Amino acid sequence: MADDVILVADGVQRVFGGLTAVDVDHVEVPRGRITALIGPNGAGKTTLFNLLTGFDKPTEGSWSFDGHQLAGVPAHKVARYGMVRTFQLTKALSKMSVLDNMRLAAPDQSGERILTSLVPGTWRARERAVTEEAEALLERFNLAHMRDDYAGTLSGGQRKLLEMARALMAKPKMLMLDEPMAGVNPALVQSLLEHIKQLRTDGMTVLFVEHDMDVVMGISDQVVCMAEGQVISVGTPHHVGSDPKVIEAYLGLRRAVEFEEGYVEGHGG
Amino acid sequence: MLPPMPAARAARLLLRLVLAFSFTVVVAAVGPTAPAGAQTTTTSTNPGTTGSTVLADDQPAPSGGELVRGTLTFADESGRVPVDGAVVIVSTEDGTEVTRVTSGADGKWEVPLPGPGTYQVTIDVESLPAGVGPEDPANIVRTIEVATGQKAGAGFPLAKAGAEVSSPTAPEGNKFLKLLGQGIALGSIIAMATIGLSLIYGTTGLINFAHGELVTFGALVAWWLSTGTGGPGLSLVLAGLLAVVAGAAFGGAQEKYLFAPLRKRRTSNVALIVVTIGWALVLRHLYLIIFGGSSRPYDEYVLQREIDVGPFTLAPKSFWTTGISLLVLVLVGLMLQRTRLGTAMRAVADNRDLAASSGIDVRRVILLTWVLGGGLAALGGVLLGLTNRVSWSMGALLLLQMFAAMVLGGLGSAYGAMVGGLVIGIVTTTSTELIPAELDLVPSLFVLILLLLVRPQGLLGRAERVG
Amino acid sequence: MDVVETLTESMRQAVGPQAAAFAIAAVGINLQFGYTGLLNFGQVAFLLAGAYGLGITVDAGGSFWLGLVVAITSAVLLAFLLGVPTLRLRADYLAIVTVATGEILRLVVGSAWGGDNLGTGGPQGVKEVTGVFRDLNPIPDGSYGFSSFRFESQTLWVTLVGWTLALAATLLVRQLVRSPWGRVLRSIREDEDAARSLGKNVFAYKMQSLALGGVMGAIGGIIITLNFTSVIPDYFIPTVTFFAYAVVILGGAGSVWGPLVGSVIFWFVIQFSESSLDATVPEDILSSQDLAALRFVLVGVLLMALMVFRPQGLLGKKEELLADG
Ligand SMILES: Nc1ncnc2c1ncn2[C@@H]1O[C@H](COP(=O)(O)OP(=O)(O)O)[C@@H](O)[C@H]1O
Ligand SMILES: [Mg+2]
Repeated sequence: MADDVILVADGVQRVFGGLTAVDVDHVEVPRGRITALIGPNGAGKTTLFNLLTGFDKPTEGSWSFDGHQLAGVPAHKVARYGMVRTFQLTKALSKMSVLDNMRLAAPDQSGERILTSLVPGTWRARERAVTEEAEALLERFNLAHMRDDYAGTLSGGQRKLLEMARALMAKPKMLMLDEPMAGVNPALVQSLLEHIKQLRTDGMTVLFVEHDMDVVMGISDQVVCMAEGQVISVGTPHHVGSDPKVIEAYLGLRRAVEFEEGYVEGHGG
Repeated sequence: MLPPMPAARAARLLLRLVLAFSFTVVVAAVGPTAPAGAQTTTTSTNPGTTGSTVLADDQPAPSGGELVRGTLTFADESGRVPVDGAVVIVSTEDGTEVTRVTSGADGKWEVPLPGPGTYQVTIDVESLPAGVGPEDPANIVRTIEVATGQKAGAGFPLAKAGAEVSSPTAPEGNKFLKLLGQGIALGSIIAMATIGLSLIYGTTGLINFAHGELVTFGALVAWWLSTGTGGPGLSLVLAGLLAVVAGAAFGGAQEKYLFAPLRKRRTSNVALIVVTIGWALVLRHLYLIIFGGSSRPYDEYVLQREIDVGPFTLAPKSFWTTGISLLVLVLVGLMLQRTRLGTAMRAVADNRDLAASSGIDVRRVILLTWVLGGGLAALGGVLLGLTNRVSWSMGALLLLQMFAAMVLGGLGSAYGAMVGGLVIGIVTTTSTELIPAELDLVPSLFVLILLLLVRPQGLLGRAERVG
Repeated sequence: MDVVETLTESMRQAVGPQAAAFAIAAVGINLQFGYTGLLNFGQVAFLLAGAYGLGITVDAGGSFWLGLVVAITSAVLLAFLLGVPTLRLRADYLAIVTVATGEILRLVVGSAWGGDNLGTGGPQGVKEVTGVFRDLNPIPDGSYGFSSFRFESQTLWVTLVGWTLALAATLLVRQLVRSPWGRVLRSIREDEDAARSLGKNVFAYKMQSLALGGVMGAIGGIIITLNFTSVIPDYFIPTVTFFAYAVVILGGAGSVWGPLVGSVIFWFVIQFSESSLDATVPEDILSSQDLAALRFVLVGVLLMALMVFRPQGLLGKKEELLADG
């Protein structure tokens, strides 16, 4: 199935003090498909996201995205190469309007340069185009009626939607969603999943993190399972779901929690 | 200025009491606090380098900034020795006293003048240390003409009288060791004061710009309790201990009545930083109003002959200061490492949410951090007053070095604060070998910036978490 | 106490050259702090850079105009010096490094060493630095105004130039923050990781904001220098920065007109309370030093009270406030 691969990572490792949070030998993401990254809490999924998108520096490792070597590239450039992420704890900019959140994400706005910003004539046209685009996306994500409200007034689920729509404004080649379903009320989960499926129809590559296995079954083409920093299983949802190693990792969740408590006692200062 | 009328004097005292009282209310029943009426010995001097007069008006060269200053030293086998605590009296041409000051540990003194004119500067021979006197005993008055904006100098050549026991000869090579010794003494004080600053940052995310005022608080309380002039005249050791207790209570009260309620209202840290800046301005200038603008020594341990301990030749009080500070640092280290409270403090500083979720009473830990930090800062102030004299702005001046120490060690790390404090202290004093002493703060900043470029999380700090 | 006298004196202070200089410096802080969320607690260092840039150049025989160029260039260089090590780090680092740098610059320029090696004039500062600015004054000699609301021709000239520049700086910031550039700044103020994830070069924006705000600080320093006609090292204490923050917060951080309104009201309040105290309480009870110290207590209380009770100041929007939750 993975004839065209958009992202390949090799030997990516991240150590915090004595703790190896990520130790991924090899992982691939196929283009135009939905890949789910699953694993129990503390498996290292967010850390891997941070590394791939330039928000954190790996202890070692390399990866290429759409033909570009991205190790060591700062986060904003990663985004410009087309790898755009969202955050587990939503980062809707609550003191800006919903529409401004959207417009902010648009690339190629010359009005964002300090000198040209002083001459509105040079960026007004682009701003209008961006606004139209933003309104269309807001429509699609059922947020159009909130366009002039502060993003801070949105509900948790609406913020997740806004963050996703905003990421799309940045014209990504691959969309990386960190737990888009977390804390969203169950009624909205279904609509979120529909949106993600729709993205695949539009030809977008999606990599999303989810720790609930049942959720990913229906929509993903490929599932990658991490535990204690390592990729322990890759394949179709069915294959990964019935992998004994995966089941063991999820049962071992209790152990991980105990481990974190030990960590509080031991470190510090 | 004529001596104030009794009624006016009483009114002045009353005002000071009111100020002291409002101050005490702010402090919320902390015990011995405001040195009310402390300023009876000297006519108050201008707030020296505060520049408050500069900001006071938009006129050119406001208040002119005229001043007279000098450095009192005498020759000794080891070179020039500064005279600490000598009294210099400045009067106008007709003999009316303008003000009097005492020289600092470095022998320096400085008097802001009310304006240009002719002044007489007299040295009080009685105040000189035993065995030291003017070279020419008949020549103890200087008449100086001060032009607008001029900073005039007045020198008094001093000499040691004949039959003195010679101090151990200090060869030139020992100069560095001496500076190193002073650096360790200063560094251990900075370290002590910085622990609280860093732990408060770690547990609450707040940079406390008013931390220097906790240092000053300790010194002022100890000064007031131990000097005969304004307070009960306790021994300095007892006064120092009480000052530490008062400092701890003051720190705790700030958290309990000011910062905890604000955090509860979900005030952001940025806003809280601004609050600490305002609070620092309030406290510092209340100190100025109550204590006056001059710097003063304690009554005890002012002048001491230097002694040898190991390779270092320093005044005994410097050894005591260093010894006490290092001992306290070790005790605090043990407390953080061994006790439940210490572990909890480090856990909260490390990751507040995680600590809360594992059953630690975060609010109580934060309160106790302030109590510990307040006590340590006050002790730092008491000891600093011993080597550098007591003044209203001493803590504010130390704040930059505390910041440097905190960043150097790693924000939020108590052990980092200790290491950082010592490094900053040593860098500060030893650098005076190479650069003018008035610029001794500069190397600390260079160390700070250099470190931020190579290792932003500090020597002992950890990188922060994203996402 | 003469109420009219006190009021006119306070008004004079509220629209005088010092208020204008603080307004300009505050517009800069507003850009940095109000719109970008940068904690530049060393704005006084930029004032100093402006004042000494001009002073040293003129003192060394350079023209007034060259002095201005040097002043602005020094401010930009200073912004880089402060920004490069700190702007990639948490906001707290900038706060610490800027406050330390401000104080150290003051010590260096005011030291005998600075006088000998940098031409700063040491503790005395630099005298007679106005150069051709004085001769450009179109206002005939004399004093203008009524009662104690009165300005000498030179003071009036500096004041007019000062407020014109304050207005220009405000309009510039207004244009900037209403553009997409300003939108990026506001996103950085709220969550720089979000801005980064959308492809914004956060470091570059912060640097631009710091430098532009710093240049405004330098212009404030120049106005103060032109008013004093000399550069005095002791002026540039850290409290200058905190006064300017009080101005920004009083007016409303993150509001376009806040700094101007804030400066006028701030200086009025300061002068009014001081004059009233001075006139009503006899000198024996409250000496002039105590009065000067009380001014700082007042500003401290003002800062605290604003942050606690009205963090959005007079003109800010509560919903857009960086300062809450
Ligand atoms: N900055 C950090 N410092 C120390 N440990 C960290 C840091 N970031 C993550 N970790 C640790 O790395 C592990 C993986 O965390 P994370 O990537 O957030 O897991 P997941 O997203 O899979 O739940 C956890 O044990 C976490 O505590
Ligand atoms: Mg995660």
